[in-house]
Amino acid sequence: MKRDIILSGVGGQGILSIAAIIGEAALRKGLYVKQAEVHGMSQRGGDVQSNLRLSSEPIHSDLIPRGGTDAIIAMEPMEALRYLPYLSPEGWMVTNSTPFINIPNYPDTEQLLKTLKERPRVILVDADALAKDHGMPRAVNMVLLGAASAILGLDASLLEEAVAGLFASKGTEVVEMNVQAFRLGREAATQQVKGAGHAE
Amino acid sequence: MNEKLLILGDQAVALGALHAGISGVYAYPGTPSTEITEYIQQSPLARERGVYSDWCTNEKTAMEAALGASFIGKRALVCMKHVGMNVAADAFVNAAMTGTHGGLVVLAADDPSMHSSQNEQDSRFYGKFAMVPIFEPSSQQEAYDMVREAFDLSEAVKLPVLMRLTTRMAHSRAVVTPAPSREPNGISFSEDRSRWVLLPVNARRRYSEVIALQDELRKRSAASTHNRYQPGNRQGVIACGIAYNYLMENYPNGCDRTVLKVSQYPLPVEPLRQMMADCDEILVLEDGQPFVEDQLRGLLDDTGKIRGRMSGQLPRTGELTPDNVRAALGLPGIALNEPSEYVVPRPPALCAGCGHRDVYTMLNEVAKEYENSKIFSDIGCYTLGALPPFRAIDSCVDMGASITMAKGAADGGLFPAIAVIGDSTFTHSGITGLLDAVNSKANITVVISDNLTTAMTGGQDSAGTGKLEAICWGVGVEREHVRVVVPMAKNYDEIRRVLREEIEYPGVSVIIPRRECIQTLKRNLKKQRS
Repeated sequence: MKRDIILSGVGGQGILSIAAIIGEAALRKGLYVKQAEVHGMSQRGGDVQSNLRLSSEPIHSDLIPRGGTDAIIAMEPMEALRYLPYLSPEGWMVTNSTPFINIPNYPDTEQLLKTLKERPRVILVDADALAKDHGMPRAVNMVLLGAASAILGLDASLLEEAVAGLFASKGTEVVEMNVQAFRLGREAATQQVKGAGHAE
Repeated sequence: MNEKLLILGDQAVALGALHAGISGVYAYPGTPSTEITEYIQQSPLARERGVYSDWCTNEKTAMEAALGASFIGKRALVCMKHVGMNVAADAFVNAAMTGTHGGLVVLAADDPSMHSSQNEQDSRFYGKFAMVPIFEPSSQQEAYDMVREAFDLSEAVKLPVLMRLTTRMAHSRAVVTPAPSREPNGISFSEDRSRWVLLPVNARRRYSEVIALQDELRKRSAASTHNRYQPGNRQGVIACGIAYNYLMENYPNGCDRTVLKVSQYPLPVEPLRQMMADCDEILVLEDGQPFVEDQLRGLLDDTGKIRGRMSGQLPRTGELTPDNVRAALGLPGIALNEPSEYVVPRPPALCAGCGHRDVYTMLNEVAKEYENSKIFSDIGCYTLGALPPFRAIDSCVDMGASITMAKGAADGGLFPAIAVIGDSTFTHSGITGLLDAVNSKANITVVISDNLTTAMTGGQDSAGTGKLEAICWGVGVEREHVRVVVPMAKNYDEIRRVLREEIEYPGVSVIIPRRECIQTLKRNLKKQRS
């Protein structure tokens, strides 16, 4: 089993929490894990990404080779497309459809989403709307993680345990909210995966 | 203690140092090294043992304090980013001359590709220059293990040991299995009192001793388990530090080439000779500058066998990746998706609500009133004032250069010469320059944009917090020309007036716009709520 994952977004959107949860779940499953992060200057509203590698065999490189990524998980649609040359031909893209617009020349959103929809193996969820509609606007990243869980090849229960673990210090209410956000995303994605005929 | 931990390379170094029995970590924040000291600051074991871990004013004070700890027999770790080595260099190079007593490990985190830096200098050159051993781990586990070996080696040969990470090792997580922890050293003193006093007569003796030690260091490198010769075909590869991982990534079923993995320097000579005999060509893979390649080629390259960054097989600049290593190995390319036309760059920017924004809005407005105004800036978040929408600054070079460059320009006749420097950068390396300016009555206006923290590296304590006015007065800036304002839109009239008055004052004036960093403010509010 091997999963090379690129997590992408804008500084502050919470991709490192997603990475930490997937990493924890993979460890519990007895997999090898490597995860390269971006710290420092680029975090100030710039694009950020993390390379997360899971495997049943020892992992050499901290960076994923181009063309070898199994899944891109993006908090924002343009940041999903940024890593297209890293995606393998069979790879999945799981992305939030709500754009994060903090630059004057952000591309036309409709065109952007159309490009994404035209690609094979894309899961597009409006994580912002789902989270907001259910009264949990700060759990957008957990909605996205839930969506990604549909194609990650890790048991949902393992991921949910890791979600609970990450938020345990903040009380049961916060834990339950984040687990619920996870399930919302997972449900939205499962429908799309079935629709695409690519359920794993 | 054999639990498995998923930790950053930086954290592996921190934990390794704690378990090796350090009494203190001495550091100034700098990406990608900051998390080492932060890990120790938050460690229960460090607290229990009273391990010193407060931030230092700069890398030189850090290096010297650590040498003081070593002098009394304690183990100390010094951490910095690569350009910090320039600041610490005087102390670092001369710590090799005095030698050490308690183990002293200097960790430099290099940043090839300049993710958060102004150059990609390779700290291994400093190690060679100072003639000390260098460790360069290839994995987080090796980083953990090596720190203890580095302390042992330092205590055995009585030299500081340099440990070098690059960004991808510092900021990548992998599983580390810790070893049993050992106790810090008690106080003891070195028997040789004279070597610590580098009068020429003592220094000449020590220099000969350090040179004489080099054979011993090479022997240890040759015997090191971290340097490994793997015989294979007549195509050789020397893989340094994490380059070894990129090599192996490209040979999932095992590498058929002859490989020398290098993680300890000075370079061991015997395996290099062996490779020269066994191979028709030798590809050198190293992250950063061509340190090994250059030593092997020399100017004349009379073997014609050495390949790498200098010969063009690898890019001359930027970090290694599995992809550029693959190309250098001559392996077939992988079919790639075309980049999307809907992707544009998203550069970092000053945060919404950041006080530096107000400072630049006002400076731009007032500076425009003068034909030749120039704004010399410095290293920190406020360097982002170079980008749109502000495009406010004319220079950013090294820690503290804003004040001294403004002074030099003013000496030569520039008016107005304005310096913009952050609070932490000011105490790091700005105070001495300000003293120069005061002593020569330079006509400069210094803006110390004070957000009460070391913001760019994540909000560490800033050495000058609460002391900036007193420092400026103490250095000799006249009291009435040290002005404090609050950078907010409602104060723009006042700020404009203060800027104009102090620019017009023909001498050194300091304006301190002071407002807490928006990031630390948010974090503190969150803490209060929970």
